[in-house]
Amino acid sequence: MSTAVARRMSLPGFGLTMGLTLTWLSVIILIPLAGLFLKTLELSPGQFWEILTSRRTLNALKISFGLSFAAACVNLVMGTIIVWALVRYRFPGRRLFDAIVDIPFALPTAVAGVALTQLFAQKGWLGAPLAELGIKVAFTPIGIFIAMVFIGIPFVVRTVQPVLIDLDPEIEEAAASLGANRWHTVFRVILPSLIPALLTGFALAFARAVGEYGSVIFIAGNLPNVSEIAPLLIVIRLSEFRYADATAIAVVMLLASFVIILAVNRLQRWAQTRIPAH
Amino acid sequence: MSMQTNFVTPVAQLKAYASTAGVAIAIPSHGEPGERSRAVASPRDLRTEPGPIRFVVIALAVSFLTVFVVLPLVVVFASAFSKGISAYFAALAEPEALSAIKLTLLVAAISVGLNLVFGVIAAWAIAKFDFRGKTFLITLIDLPFSVSPVISGLVFVLLFGAQGYWGSWLQAHNIHILFAVPGIALATIFVTFPFVARSLIPLMQEQGTQEEEAAISLGASGLQTFFRVTLPNIKWGLLYGVLLCNARAMGEFGAVSVVSGHIRGETNTMPLLVEILYNEYQFVASFAIASLLAMLALITLVVKAVLERRLDEGQIPRNDPGDH
Amino acid sequence: MTIEVKNIVKRFGAFAALDNVDLKVGKGELLALLGPSGSGKTTLLRIIAGLDWPDAGEVRIDGEDALGHGASERHVGFVFQHYALFRHMTVFENVAFGLRVQPRAVRKDEAKIRARVKELLDLVQLDWLANRYPSQLSGGQRQRIALARALAIEPRILLLDEPFGALDAKVRKELRQWLRSLHSEIHVTSIFVTHDQEEALEVANRVVVMDKGRIEQIGTPGDVYDNPATAFVHGFIGESIVLPVEVSGGSVRLAGRPLNIAADGAAAGASKLFVRRHDMQIGPAGTGSLEGAVRHVRSFGPIQRAEIALSGGEGKTVIEIDAPRDRELQAGEIISLQPRRYRIFAAKE
Repeated sequence: MSTAVARRMSLPGFGLTMGLTLTWLSVIILIPLAGLFLKTLELSPGQFWEILTSRRTLNALKISFGLSFAAACVNLVMGTIIVWALVRYRFPGRRLFDAIVDIPFALPTAVAGVALTQLFAQKGWLGAPLAELGIKVAFTPIGIFIAMVFIGIPFVVRTVQPVLIDLDPEIEEAAASLGANRWHTVFRVILPSLIPALLTGFALAFARAVGEYGSVIFIAGNLPNVSEIAPLLIVIRLSEFRYADATAIAVVMLLASFVIILAVNRLQRWAQTRIPAH
Repeated sequence: MSMQTNFVTPVAQLKAYASTAGVAIAIPSHGEPGERSRAVASPRDLRTEPGPIRFVVIALAVSFLTVFVVLPLVVVFASAFSKGISAYFAALAEPEALSAIKLTLLVAAISVGLNLVFGVIAAWAIAKFDFRGKTFLITLIDLPFSVSPVISGLVFVLLFGAQGYWGSWLQAHNIHILFAVPGIALATIFVTFPFVARSLIPLMQEQGTQEEEAAISLGASGLQTFFRVTLPNIKWGLLYGVLLCNARAMGEFGAVSVVSGHIRGETNTMPLLVEILYNEYQFVASFAIASLLAMLALITLVVKAVLERRLDEGQIPRNDPGDH
Repeated sequence: MTIEVKNIVKRFGAFAALDNVDLKVGKGELLALLGPSGSGKTTLLRIIAGLDWPDAGEVRIDGEDALGHGASERHVGFVFQHYALFRHMTVFENVAFGLRVQPRAVRKDEAKIRARVKELLDLVQLDWLANRYPSQLSGGQRQRIALARALAIEPRILLLDEPFGALDAKVRKELRQWLRSLHSEIHVTSIFVTHDQEEALEVANRVVVMDKGRIEQIGTPGDVYDNPATAFVHGFIGESIVLPVEVSGGSVRLAGRPLNIAADGAAAGASKLFVRRHDMQIGPAGTGSLEGAVRHVRSFGPIQRAEIALSGGEGKTVIEIDAPRDRELQAGEIISLQPRRYRIFAAKE
């Protein structure tokens, strides 16, 4: 009866659970996303190009990508400083501030959006003093930038924090024993070993900001060509029943986010080969 | 396009990437990162900076977090109560508010329930078996994290909208998906898809298959093995995934906004109502609803911290140190 | 119960974990599968248990085809290397598990389950730990609980994967004796996997030596030690002196010089001479097949262990021998050596 020698596994249920997983995945994720790409194929390359290069679309993409990049840069610097303070120093309220970092993850985007707007509006707690200095934040690109900084900060902190915690203290002691001063130790030994995590955090914050909608649209002002982000333009095109336009912009943004995922995966792999897992 | 990880925690995030890449990243318990092994530097330590620099770094970190994170949160509650407590509760008692709360709870129940079941099923298939293409499958499950919420809604409009693939068929059969509960639920399921599976996969991989194999060799059936052996071992991780899934489901704005149609009293969830009331300058009402969502976020964070501690404790070493 | 394994083949990709393995285990035997890591011994054990499936071949338990049944239907007790105790259950519940998951029709009632668990915990002498959790036990205790749990289902056969692998040396020795006496008490046909030759020789009735997915030899502990069937077995079990020799026309040559030993029918060609350390007869210079200078001597207990640099050839061959202490060796002394017992195997490649 050696015919019973089939490909069997030690635990039951693989066929059933894998089948259900693939079905559910297809129904919820793959078919809808495929529909998006199919819709784009209804456009000729010329039409596609025309939509993407229209002034309003180009500007929306520029605003989304440009401000996201700037916000991610700020997150990178401030995130590093925050991680350093939280991991290396003791100060009153340290654990509270550590917990606070997660709020932008946890707060629904619409709530963040109205709160930031209220805060930076001309009569807001921060908007009023800034207005006296002649700086207008709400309903300008600066507002978009602020909202993007808000939602991006946890990505950098939570990616870098465990790596800094796990950093072997001996490498610092070794650097010091070799005569390096603190400045050299930090900038030549510690920060370089954080680079993969820093870049990963940067990429995640950037990607999140590019696609962000809820926390940005309230404070943005949404003036075409000036403070209109790409996700909002998609919504506007949809409400005008210009599905083709919405789809074309969406596809470009989706592809960009796939590129970022790939980059992040590469970064993770790179980090592994550089710093082998214990 | 974005790591729309609204709320993937560091643990989940890192576990996620760790397991994609096959590395074990030590996850510190929340709030007290790794202090067992590495105390914060004492003044004489080689591993710290001069006092003034430390002061500047701490001051920058604290003021940044205060301005960008604490103040917005405070503004929510301050604005909600700006006209007094009675105005606050009056706003919450509005029929429109109540119907939004009901709809939000309904949609969260549907999407969390389905994602719970399918997340566990997916985690079983992925964590307990070896097969080719596993990394690719995990990447597919992760996809919703990296799709802009607006696009997550858009894909369903393209399928079910009046001009979508199945729009006219649905219209002919008088089936309402878009601008109705099914559409809102679908969009929510899409954006919360990875949470449960992603919290379970690393945990179940780490636990291996030995206990399940032992149960099977003792005569247990597949379901008995799952409910008596696997489930008790993953309960905290499962709760963790459900918690994050629920928070995101209740708070989702972009995707739901695209498919909801904003029909007052019918298809407005709480986040959508926040938007509508804000745009109508009903600030107290808007922030009252927002304050409920903010409290949900705060409670979620607290419970999450508790669960993370449980998860850390749950990692019992396989062998006694003394055994080696 | 008997176990019969026929022509089992198991591949992981291009790697043959088991290459046509045949094995018969008699009723009541306590058999050791011994081999280095990667020799396929654990895979074979898991196939018998139904935790892995072979690509080809047959497994019969008590004459009945086992491959048609999953692990849960085979009534095989399996003790895992890392015990695999259910960490959320007490010791009592761990042992009771197999009884509780039985189909309702045959399940014992609660009182009977309790009695049975109590009996098993008595058997492994750990009844006082019934309410503890696995994390509160020592390694040796976990091992015994794992065994009690496996025995609870009254298995037809008992399989143990590296039962002592994760324990420290002292506990391991105690458990070995305990397992042997337990086996003579309950007499279940048992197979255990080990990479530790001492463990296999000390505990098992019969030893199966495996290497690279093949069975090299099956025999009693005395057999495999005294009459190793292959060069691998000779090298793996006990410590051996190995010298490269040339066999031709019934004579054996080392580095061109004939040794005064018979070829014992070994095939002509490049070969290896295996001698146990304690099987080298020491004599005054010029009286034996081999000659060498004592470089270093350490004495402990009844023996002295000497490092001898063999003369002739390139003079670089250094061997270690064990000799009784009736004649103390001195460093620098020239002595002769004559193998008392030896085996010659053809050199591979």
